[in-house]
Amino acid sequence: MPEHEAGGTLGTSTLEVRDFLRRRREQIAQRWADEPLFRTVFTVSRDEAVEAGKAVVDALAQVADSQRVEDPDAAGFTGVREQLARMGAARSRAGLSATQMSSELAALWPPVENLLVADLDQAPPEELRECSTTLSVLMGTLRLVAMQTALSEGQALIDRQRLQLLEVATPVIKLWDGIVAVPLIGTLDSARSQVVMETLLNAVVDQHARFAILDITGVPTVDSLVAQHLMKTVAAARLMGAECVVSGIRPAIAQTIVHLGLDLGTVKTRASLADALGYCLHELGANIVNATPDGAGRR
Amino acid sequence: MHTAAGVEACLPIRSDMDLVWVRQHVRQAAARLGFGLVDQTKLVTAASELARNTLVHGGGGQLEVSLVTADGVSGLRLAFSDSGPGIPDLERALSDGYTSGDGLGMGLGGARRLVHDFEVESVPGSGTTVRVTSWVGRPPRPREEV
Amino acid sequence: MSEGFSRPVAGHVPVLRLGDVLLVTLQGDLHDSTAQQLQQDLSETIAHSRVTGVVIDISGVEIVDSFLGRVLAEIAAQAELLAARTVVAGMRPAVAITLVELGLTLPGLRTALTTEAAMELLAQPIVSSRSGGLRQGSP
Repeated sequence: MPEHEAGGTLGTSTLEVRDFLRRRREQIAQRWADEPLFRTVFTVSRDEAVEAGKAVVDALAQVADSQRVEDPDAAGFTGVREQLARMGAARSRAGLSATQMSSELAALWPPVENLLVADLDQAPPEELRECSTTLSVLMGTLRLVAMQTALSEGQALIDRQRLQLLEVATPVIKLWDGIVAVPLIGTLDSARSQVVMETLLNAVVDQHARFAILDITGVPTVDSLVAQHLMKTVAAARLMGAECVVSGIRPAIAQTIVHLGLDLGTVKTRASLADALGYCLHELGANIVNATPDGAGRR
Repeated sequence: MHTAAGVEACLPIRSDMDLVWVRQHVRQAAARLGFGLVDQTKLVTAASELARNTLVHGGGGQLEVSLVTADGVSGLRLAFSDSGPGIPDLERALSDGYTSGDGLGMGLGGARRLVHDFEVESVPGSGTTVRVTSWVGRPPRPREEV
Repeated sequence: MSEGFSRPVAGHVPVLRLGDVLLVTLQGDLHDSTAQQLQQDLSETIAHSRVTGVVIDISGVEIVDSFLGRVLAEIAAQAELLAARTVVAGMRPAVAITLVELGLTLPGLRTALTTEAAMELLAQPIVSSRSGGLRQGSP
């Protein structure tokens, strides 16, 4: 843990650190280029990674120059924010969690520390200790800035994808002639349920489906709002001349429904998608015979 | 943004023939602003309900259609006004139980669920104005408590 | 109907007789008075012609408000009294969603995806467990 002495010594050591960063700019960037954070993001050439590293070193030197090593809002970081965001986005696209990203950022410290020790091997141990502390504080701040930008970039990405997901997350599957199903996964809010309803009803028209199955196995909770959405969908399907069956009611959800006193009265429900399909096939007049006596029976 | 041409209008509501014009105008205006098919249908249906209220309960009146914008989003505002007897008990008129009778008053509560914003001003003896607004691309608001 | 006003349908709606079934095709934007006229005409025709079924094709209807919804329900109820079953066929998804949101779920009304499906439904014996699209009274 860095101990913060009064401004005076910290002041000298930050300038020392600034000079070190400027002196060893090339070497630091070269070493960083081999670290996963740079190596995997800047894949065009090693030079590209080195250049990116230099930009970060320059930013650090500038922050040290302004004596604000602990301040993530220091002006010096402004120039590299976009680059850090790009790196963060690339890493998260590659599937890294925030924790993994944080440790990749932490991995940038040892090479710099080694260089610092080598660089100041003639200096008194006292001075080395102070510089090392200051530099580690600065690197910590960099890590904070990088995580901040990565996360806010992530949020923007999430917002954009959320809309697309609404549509992608609602696949309509034709199970049989005249039977379509929509497996619902995730939370049903009113935007989503509108999309689900439209998608399902359009599929009913396109596929001439007399039966539509809404499978809610993947819906974590059913509250009164969700129940309402389900009932609306069922009612709309009925107006069009199709019957809608809700399947995938897990025991826990059945309990919730009863506890909340929700009335699914007009909604036909089945425990599993298979049961629902069996019901629809039976209603369509298909004769289902089990090959094995203990198979899933028709309901 | 969108131009008001072909959207903004003031239409009389004096006969059931006028209801047809109201529906057609609202549909075209909504389509022009970029409302999706379902949202167009909801808005036109709400307009039909409210225009019929104006005609049947208000003894006729008019519809003013205007284009509104907020936070870069376009919306369609419909103001139905009459100088009829007014609505004595607004709360009751908006409740669902009231609407299920013989059809009198049908539509006020229902129409409210088809739009984003809804407000009624009614002075007993001097008339009623209902203003509704729907916004392009906004999801339907969740229904109030069940 | 994107541009230009389509002429509102005024006056009479054609009613076609196909064997034991009356086929009514609604199109475009209906006048209130036209809908009421249809309701009257239909009950007379059913009484005179002794048909056993009525199919109302609304696939060409872009909006159904509470007024038209009620007319449809009343036609069905009247027909029932005259021993004919009514099926409303081809309601568009957007119309169905709107009606539900409006609070008009029209229980008791028989529905079918298409006129063909409606005809098939009417061809089935009256007591049927295979009711698919149509409303099964109480559970």
